Amino acid sequence: MPPVAPRSGDAIFANVERVNAELFTLTYGAIVRQLLTDLEEAEEVNKQLDQMGYNIGIRLIDEFLAKSNVSRCNDFRETTDVIAKVGFKMFLGVTASVTNWDADGTCCSIVLEDNPLVDFVELPDNCQGLYYCNILSGVIRGALDMVSMKTEVTWLRDVLRGDDVFELQVKLLKHVPEEYPYKDDE
Amino acid sequence: MVREVSESCIDSLLTEMVACYCNRFYANKPELAARRIEAIGYQVGHQLSERYTMDRPRFTDHLEAIKFICKDFWSELFKKQIDNLKTNHRGTFVLQDNKFRWLARMSIDPSTENVSPVEDITSPTAESKAAQAMSMHLYFPCGIIRGALSNLGIPCAVSADISNLPACVYLSLSHNLEKTF
Repeated sequence: MPPVAPRSGDAIFANVERVNAELFTLTYGAIVRQLLTDLEEAEEVNKQLDQMGYNIGIRLIDEFLAKSNVSRCNDFRETTDVIAKVGFKMFLGVTASVTNWDADGTCCSIVLEDNPLVDFVELPDNCQGLYYCNILSGVIRGALDMVSMKTEVTWLRDVLRGDDVFELQVKLLKHVPEEYPYKDDE
Repeated sequence: MVREVSESCIDSLLTEMVACYCNRFYANKPELAARRIEAIGYQVGHQLSERYTMDRPRFTDHLEAIKFICKDFWSELFKKQIDNLKTNHRGTFVLQDNKFRWLARMSIDPSTENVSPVEDITSPTAESKAAQAMSMHLYFPCGIIRGALSNLGIPCAVSADISNLPACVYLSLSHNLEKTF
């Protein structure tokens, strides 16, 4: 059987079950509001959103690999490119871009110009420290963890804080080699 | 074209919300976890009912509003209508969904603490834990319905019952008939 070509994000998105984005947007907004009420501190909410995202990311990666026909990515550059071009489109219906690579190829930015999480959202003045979309940084970190890449994900730009785009910096901390008894058949 | 996201996004978010409140924040206080999950649902339902009724004329009576929930509102959320609507004509309605989308992928997990497979299936501990986990997930749609109806002028209480796990969900809502639009 010849190898199947990787599917584009658009093709996958067209074939997965979809829901009205407003349900997702409003549910996320209500969760963030409830967390702010329960935890009181923006920094605590940021941590909780990141943890929730991590737990989601470690599961979404399975669906992503099952449906995208992506084979092994050979390095961090290729991995982040696939996340931005295929992953974001497949799940959120939006395109992200990768930019600002450092010389080593271990640090880059993922830029989102469109983001369904923040439709209808305004932050009040008493939420200055909140990273509203911090669940996304957790999702990315969790997904990459499951393909053996330990990363640190931080926000560089945030539309809700007055910037023109969302920019996440993804820094590769450690690429864990696969351990015995698994074998690399390449 | 209406903006859409993958259904996995909402499924993952709901699963993680329930896990967050039941296992991390209120691990030993299921009533408090339930109240928080219902409050989140209430907020969502309140907002969604505004979105979905923008282009509609005002409902003339309670039954019309509840039929809207069973047909249009349910279809927006779950891609199907409520299967059965019953009422005692004294303010209580039972909405039956024979294949509730948000529980369709759940099953009872027999592999809890016990070792014996036969014992697992009959163990009241395993059964009650699974049922409790499912009921926690139902506080969110109950909150959605209560929030939607409150926004349409019908304050009410909503509860859910699971029969024929996991396919069938009954939502029961009661309100004060004295209330008028």
